[in-house]
Amino acid sequence: MATNLPVSAQSQGGVGTAPVPHTEHEDHLHDHEHHDQHWLWKYVFSQDHKMIARQFLITGMIWAIIGGLLSSLFRLQLGWPEATLDWLQPLLGKWIEGGKLNPEFYLALVTMHGTIMVFFVLTAGLSGTFSNFLIPLQVGARDMASGFMNMLSYWFFFLSSVIMFCSLFLETGPAASGWTIYPPLSALPQAIPGSGMGMTMWLVSMVFFIVSQLLGGVNYVTTVINLRTRGMSMSKLPLTIWAFFLTAILGILSFPVLFSAALLLVFDRSFGTSFFLSDIYIAGQALHNQGGSPVLFQHLFWFLGHPEVYIVIMPAMGMVSEILATNARKPIFGYRAMIGSLIGISLLSFVVWAHHMFVTGMNPFLGSVFMFLTLIIAVPSGVKVFNWLATLWRGNIRFTAAMLFAIGFVSLFISGGLTGIILGNATLDIQMHNTYFVVAHFHLVMGSSAFFGLFAGVYHWFPKMFGRMMDEKLGYIHFWLTFLGVYLVFMPMHYVGIAGFPRRYYSWTGFDAFSQFADLNKFISIAAILAFFAQFVFIFNFFYSIFRGRRATENPWNSTTLEWTTPIEPGHGNWPGEIPAVYRWPYDYSKPGADVDFIPQNVPYSQTPSSNLPYERELSE
Amino acid sequence: MNPPIASVHGHAMERMFWTTMTVIGIAFVITQALLFIYSYKYQHREGRRAYFFSHNNKIEVIWTIIPAIVMAALIFAGWKAWTRITGPAPKDAIVLEVMGKQFNWLVRYPGRDMKLGVVNYRLIDASNEFGFDLSDKSAMDDFTASEIHVPKGHPVLIKIRSRDVLHAVYMPHFRVQMYAVPGMPTRFWFTPTTTTDEMRAKLGNPKFNYELACNQICGKGHFAMKLNIVVDEPDDYVAWFAAQSPISQNADLMASFKQMSQQTGLGKGGSQGARASAVEETGETPAPLSAQASM
Repeated sequence: MATNLPVSAQSQGGVGTAPVPHTEHEDHLHDHEHHDQHWLWKYVFSQDHKMIARQFLITGMIWAIIGGLLSSLFRLQLGWPEATLDWLQPLLGKWIEGGKLNPEFYLALVTMHGTIMVFFVLTAGLSGTFSNFLIPLQVGARDMASGFMNMLSYWFFFLSSVIMFCSLFLETGPAASGWTIYPPLSALPQAIPGSGMGMTMWLVSMVFFIVSQLLGGVNYVTTVINLRTRGMSMSKLPLTIWAFFLTAILGILSFPVLFSAALLLVFDRSFGTSFFLSDIYIAGQALHNQGGSPVLFQHLFWFLGHPEVYIVIMPAMGMVSEILATNARKPIFGYRAMIGSLIGISLLSFVVWAHHMFVTGMNPFLGSVFMFLTLIIAVPSGVKVFNWLATLWRGNIRFTAAMLFAIGFVSLFISGGLTGIILGNATLDIQMHNTYFVVAHFHLVMGSSAFFGLFAGVYHWFPKMFGRMMDEKLGYIHFWLTFLGVYLVFMPMHYVGIAGFPRRYYSWTGFDAFSQFADLNKFISIAAILAFFAQFVFIFNFFYSIFRGRRATENPWNSTTLEWTTPIEPGHGNWPGEIPAVYRWPYDYSKPGADVDFIPQNVPYSQTPSSNLPYERELSE
Repeated sequence: MNPPIASVHGHAMERMFWTTMTVIGIAFVITQALLFIYSYKYQHREGRRAYFFSHNNKIEVIWTIIPAIVMAALIFAGWKAWTRITGPAPKDAIVLEVMGKQFNWLVRYPGRDMKLGVVNYRLIDASNEFGFDLSDKSAMDDFTASEIHVPKGHPVLIKIRSRDVLHAVYMPHFRVQMYAVPGMPTRFWFTPTTTTDEMRAKLGNPKFNYELACNQICGKGHFAMKLNIVVDEPDDYVAWFAAQSPISQNADLMASFKQMSQQTGLGKGGSQGARASAVEETGETPAPLSAQASM
């Protein structure tokens, strides 16, 4: 559409005044906001990518509160195994029996915490929010390729959320076989009550979730490929877009495999097939199922499950790259290496899944292969870290709240990523598999890091989302409480894991080997619960700033990318006039010879003769 | 920190663990220090300009190649150890079988003939928890035990199965971990180096026991699936082994088998018949680890 407009954008501003090209033309074709829309179509069944992004964000925040609350509940059990929890009876009802948390409900808590955080918060809440919000704005498009599909994507997610939420209140409890739902436990209600209706609802909910992801993903990919504005070649895309683009491809290729695993599990549960079941004697009865393999399920699950952790972390990487460059007032170091490493991570992410399965009885030869492929992924990950460090070097760093979270992201990603080198080693995984070392590792590298990416993104793009600024002071408080909280929770957790503490244990007191470190577990619990409550600083800041925040200016961070060329509160269609054309890469910060320390992407080289590099001079002629 | 080590491969793993920890520790300190030094040193100052430095391919190549070399070394060491640990058990290894069920562990030994008899999950009931098929002669002298006994300094091969959901045999002191998978027997072999008594003296804890924990979520009692392991001096082990009574002397089990075999039509045709029906029922054939289900 807009990419073919014949009129070139004429800039009127000089370089010294942060030039933003204005056109006198009004593109009436796209002036949707002039129509008086019914609130139902504007706020609820909206097809505007910005509104859909806000819907994803707020739904994700609600889920994050629920997921965090669940973790606080089971941390109470782990920190104070002897305590009576009668006071939780009003909330948990019959799941508190004689002052004790029901052990099966404990398993349901960890299961739902994992499911909610991985899928509903860090996949839908993070990628759903920012892919939707930033892709059209940063590539220079009026909206997503299909606004209608985009709306469906959110509403399938909403439906999925409602079903998952309802399952929390079932008589038999929600799914309780771990977020990885390994059969036979997840297939047999005789094995655990949560595998009855709870698991059925989990599976139905995930099917809708997968549909939502695919509708979103196809849209993101199509938009990035087809709807870039004039001049926006792939090598001029901001790294955010590269990250969202590759994330969407990963999702499209891997979520269908989870769908197949879920479908086969539904067959085993309801129609008597034996894909994953064999030789089972349970509840006084030998089942007829024969020849199935539980390990097959794990292969199918992790074929999604591993790319999934990159689906969670890559959007955060992209946003952090953007925020670091903007606030260090420096080009991102090694733009092409950053794209290359993203592509490398994306490719490798499909061939490392079985490192979750070294000790499942899988052929040890496969273990060797997957160890090799897994440890290789440290190389592109390392490249990213070094490039981020080099971006900070000799910068002129402004510590906005977003920048603090971006730096925090790098720190957490390093800390969590390095322990992956231990877990990816099949030999060491014999000892570490399913211990708290694993829990600590992935909570740092994908859980907390992705959350930091999410926070950085919200603080940074809030002015564009809501036309107001978030409070910086509250942002600082939120950052330091969260940053310290995360390290105080997960550093001791590595220690507990090295000592061999198994995960998903209701209590460790039955074992001589695990009866130590009760104090440390109490410490972790206190830190975790405090870190959870610190998030309410953010929630307050967020909602207060929507209504009462300082009014934003058009480009509050002096940034170079296209979203900051839109009006303060862009309507449906994003640019009131013509879509700006793009002439340069997105990282012209502090360019020698330029009057100001940033040159937006839509400023042609002909306007910046003093700062053009030799090869750019040719382009301007 | 790490639980005390009591197996041969455990010592090798411990060295590898600390070598890797040193490598990642160095990387951790360097990168975190740079992150915070740069953040501190290059704070915004009016009038200062950031240094426009967009890329340098030579640096990129250096920080790609160096980690790649380090990772290659770690991969090589890990691969060597992994192949050794998961390779076939020595021929003279002591064999025993552990079966996981909700929510405890069952243990059996092969008896005098050193052959584990055929089991069939359709023959399981309250008295015959393993599902022994007693038409197989080699099953008759098998015996069950309430804890694992193994001799010090001798390789031990643990065969592992599950009869309901997934479990995992996790023995932190021996650095042993392997899933128990219904329908797919697994195995792990190791050589214990320290007897229970020696470890008690070493730790100054007279109540110390080696423990086997379940390490794969399996339901309500997951956190309480414990089994004690006793490492004996070889002589004590032989004496303990000789003192056990074979299942053929267990009247309950024999009666239960008779009833179940009538009900199911299994347990006929002697050892070969038992084997054949187990294979037919479960698709299970005894296979070396290297040829194990390679799903």
